[in-house]
Amino acid sequence: MIALAGRLFYLQVAAAPKYKTAALEIQSRNIVTPAIRGMILDSSGKPLAVNQVGLVITVDRSKIDGLEDKGESVLRKLAKTLKVDYPSLYGKTRLCGEKIAPELTGKARCWNGSRYQPIPVTLTATEDIALQIAEHSEIYFGVEASPQGFRFYPAPDGSNSAHVLGYVGPVSEKDLLKKRDRPLFVNEVLGKAGLEYQYDDLLRGTPGVKTIVVDRREAATSVLKENPPISGDHLVTSIDAKLQAVVEEQLLAAIARAREGSVDKKGARKADSGAAIVMDVKTGRILAMASYPTYDPNIWENGISQKQATDLYSDAKSVPALSRALQGTFAPASTFKVVSVVAADRAGYDLNGTYDCPAQFKVGNRIFKNYESKGVGLVKLQQGIAISCDTLWYKIAFDEWLKDGGLKPKSGAKNYFYTAAKDFGIGKKTGIDLPSESSGRLADRQWRANWYERNKNYFCDYQRRATKAQLTPYLIAIAKENCVDGDKVRAGDAVNFAIGQGDTTMTPLQMVQIYAALANGGTVWKPTVAWGVVTPAGEKVREITPEKIGKLPISKKTLTFLNRALRSVITDGTAKWRFDGMPVAISAKTGTGEVYGKNLDGSAKDTTSWLASYGPTEKPKYAVVMMVSQGGTGSGTSGPSVRKIYEAIFGIQGSKIDSTTAIFPSGPPRVIPLRIIPNVSAK
Amino acid sequence: MKNIRLLRDRFDLPLLVATSLLLGIGVLLVYAATRDWYASAGEDPQFYLKRQILNIIIGLLLAAGAMSIDYRLLRAYTPILWGLSVIGLIAVLIPAFGDSVNGARAWIALPGGLQIQPAEFAKIAIIVGMSMILAEKREGSQDPTSLDVLQSLAVAAIPLLLIVAQPDLGTTVIISAAVVTIIAASGAQTRWPIGLLSLSAIGAYVVIRIGVLDEYQLKRLQSFVDPTADPQSSGYQLRQARITIGSGGFFGKGLFNGPQTNGRFVPEQHTDFIFTVAGEELGFLGCIFILVLYSIILWRALVIARRSNDIFGRLVCIGVMAWFGFQIFENIGMAVGLAPMTGVPLPFLSYGGSSMFATLMAVGLLLNVHSRR
Repeated sequence: MIALAGRLFYLQVAAAPKYKTAALEIQSRNIVTPAIRGMILDSSGKPLAVNQVGLVITVDRSKIDGLEDKGESVLRKLAKTLKVDYPSLYGKTRLCGEKIAPELTGKARCWNGSRYQPIPVTLTATEDIALQIAEHSEIYFGVEASPQGFRFYPAPDGSNSAHVLGYVGPVSEKDLLKKRDRPLFVNEVLGKAGLEYQYDDLLRGTPGVKTIVVDRREAATSVLKENPPISGDHLVTSIDAKLQAVVEEQLLAAIARAREGSVDKKGARKADSGAAIVMDVKTGRILAMASYPTYDPNIWENGISQKQATDLYSDAKSVPALSRALQGTFAPASTFKVVSVVAADRAGYDLNGTYDCPAQFKVGNRIFKNYESKGVGLVKLQQGIAISCDTLWYKIAFDEWLKDGGLKPKSGAKNYFYTAAKDFGIGKKTGIDLPSESSGRLADRQWRANWYERNKNYFCDYQRRATKAQLTPYLIAIAKENCVDGDKVRAGDAVNFAIGQGDTTMTPLQMVQIYAALANGGTVWKPTVAWGVVTPAGEKVREITPEKIGKLPISKKTLTFLNRALRSVITDGTAKWRFDGMPVAISAKTGTGEVYGKNLDGSAKDTTSWLASYGPTEKPKYAVVMMVSQGGTGSGTSGPSVRKIYEAIFGIQGSKIDSTTAIFPSGPPRVIPLRIIPNVSAK
Repeated sequence: MKNIRLLRDRFDLPLLVATSLLLGIGVLLVYAATRDWYASAGEDPQFYLKRQILNIIIGLLLAAGAMSIDYRLLRAYTPILWGLSVIGLIAVLIPAFGDSVNGARAWIALPGGLQIQPAEFAKIAIIVGMSMILAEKREGSQDPTSLDVLQSLAVAAIPLLLIVAQPDLGTTVIISAAVVTIIAASGAQTRWPIGLLSLSAIGAYVVIRIGVLDEYQLKRLQSFVDPTADPQSSGYQLRQARITIGSGGFFGKGLFNGPQTNGRFVPEQHTDFIFTVAGEELGFLGCIFILVLYSIILWRALVIARRSNDIFGRLVCIGVMAWFGFQIFENIGMAVGLAPMTGVPLPFLSYGGSSMFATLMAVGLLLNVHSRR
């Protein structure tokens, strides 16, 4: 009796809370009603992401798996009804991770959710089909037809914005394991990339949960509590759909221009990818951001096929899933010279001085040439920037390298170029409110030492480790050189660094951040896409205020010099031929970046085309950056497209301004729209 | 005053009060365990309530009989009861008569949906029978001889073997415990109880090793050791039982208010698992109260045994005490996770005719001994 009493004390007093929870778990069932996901809107209130209701046909694996033939006959009948081939329907209802021979699954992509969620096989069934399925539940065992919301990206004004918006998907097993403030329900929809991912908590809302008490027959006996679903808030972005469409179109035009090959004597370029960004220089808000190649964001919800999914990440298709704007890293080339000007100024070089710009500059036994080997003799520094002279920078960088001790750096080495680059934030993420941003790379002394540590074995054992194709005398010689002193910054590295070539890389987003700062007097903004949060009822919840990261480490004098120099790039420099006759003054810097390495087809990689700009020069409002990978020259390929973007913003027709056609007749919008513009262009 | 004294002479008040309270609580618990379920099935929610009250009335009549019966007649009736029990126990093993519940053939089906469980009556027959033999020749105060002990063991062994054959492990354990206790109390040489104890230990070991136990019994034993081994059946029951009792907390959810009970998450909650209803709805307080009532009954059985002048009466009381004690521990222990799963009812509380009849008859026997001191 004492033993029993003791045990009872444990069960009912000491451990009672545990058992009470367990009992509640046994008795209660949650019925989850998904919340309506908030929309994503452009800066004028046009929906970029909406919810549509479709007749969704789902297959419940937990039911059909229990059938004798594992649901084969059900699926075969369903395939016939839906007029799709059986293997792809079979494939669609397989979980990712189930090992199934690919020939059995047709072209369909596996289900990324869990086994216990009904798997949608189509979102757009006709009423007839839905009725047929609903009426013959004995034939279509485990198959359900119901109206269900799905995400739709209506692409207003023809904008695509795939990389900015991202996409949504079902809750995966991994998502469920992740710790969250509020535990997920398996039938929720989660943002998987882009804004959908970044602001998922805000967009997703809270599903309604009705907790019912059941008995052992699973019959409901009472309702314990009922929380209605709370719709997610709308996310207003600073993206303007119209401008976004123009930017996408112009990026595409630049790519086409490069591929067509009539820009210069070098002919057609590969032009495998590219990016273009427009930023509001006074706030850091992103007004448009495009990446090429892109894809239709609706493929995710319409049941992406295996091929589509593979293509998104395939090298042969240039990885469309990758956002070049914030994930593509490229040598900045001459656009980097704004950093070099600051370095030179700090090192005591006269910004108003005159420098020699020969056709080539010899460092040791290596010859470093000007682009297209032009020598122009003595030039003012500003003129040197305008025509993008490289050799004057070689001399400065080489002299500074020698002063710092050359191959044996002094302890008090000034490292003017590296410190300036670091102060500009090269190699640091911009902090944009989008996931998976790349940081680029600042190839300074420390980086080089680390790089050597990782690769020295390879270089020192090159003859044995390299593939046959890599065993050319030139590459062997380089490997030998790298083995001996690859950990040191050599003269060649130092001079390359000064003109933005070599191992330093930047994303187009980092570039636009710096050029916006040059335009606005030196303030470095954290780029933001999200502008405000609005309730479904149209009330402003909050504005996402822009954030100042810091100031460019640059004196007023230097900034003034740079502004003048960048203007002269347009007035009588490398971009003059592309911007002649513009009624709005633009400032810019072109860049043509050398790329080492080979394409998949064995051809040498073409140069990266950069154009970084801002305008209007006198009172800058916008910074525009375009980059085309393997696209040729900065001005040649990107120039006309950037010009077209400015023309659309200001409403320029030829040499006149017609502000009625301007996208932003009076600057970027400053008031968050509370009204949603009805979507007329939906399919 | 005279009446009360008369009453006190015939009845043991604490025993009577404890028994009545337990019967009352039992009726309520059986009702609580069945009313929602029956109501939701569209049947009479008071079905089990009424039947249990009927069981109690019949049981009380039987108890009155057992109480008032003359000692000498008892000697005459006991062989008959024993014989009927043995016949019943043989009958249950014959498929034509016996009903199988949970893998054990323990029931005889009677017309009208009634079932009787001969093993319950065998308990009384064995206790009284053994006591008779062990007490018979000893009015001259000599201890029972080995022959007496062997004779009494034979009385127990025949029905016991039949119960093992059903197989009903729980009842086997209870009867064996009562047998050993009676022999120990009879004054037989100590080697007997000790020998029997060791024998049962060896027997239990052999039974498990050789596999005389049916699969369902092994599973029950296993799920006692590791509740997760068989989550669907016995492990499930034990886990549910523990959760149900634990969720009652200190004060309980209140009679008729236990969601676990009303949802019928514990199987057999009106019979073998009736204690879970008490645990959930009456809480720790209610459970302790029930344990106190049981303790009073066991205590009174011991007191009556000690006060009894004749050895027969003493042995009967000791036997009943051992029976009740072991059965209570086995049942509640199973519900709270201290004992392995066996299918024995909880005296006075569980729904069931045979068990109720036998239990109340045993109380009648206690009172019989009491009034005859």
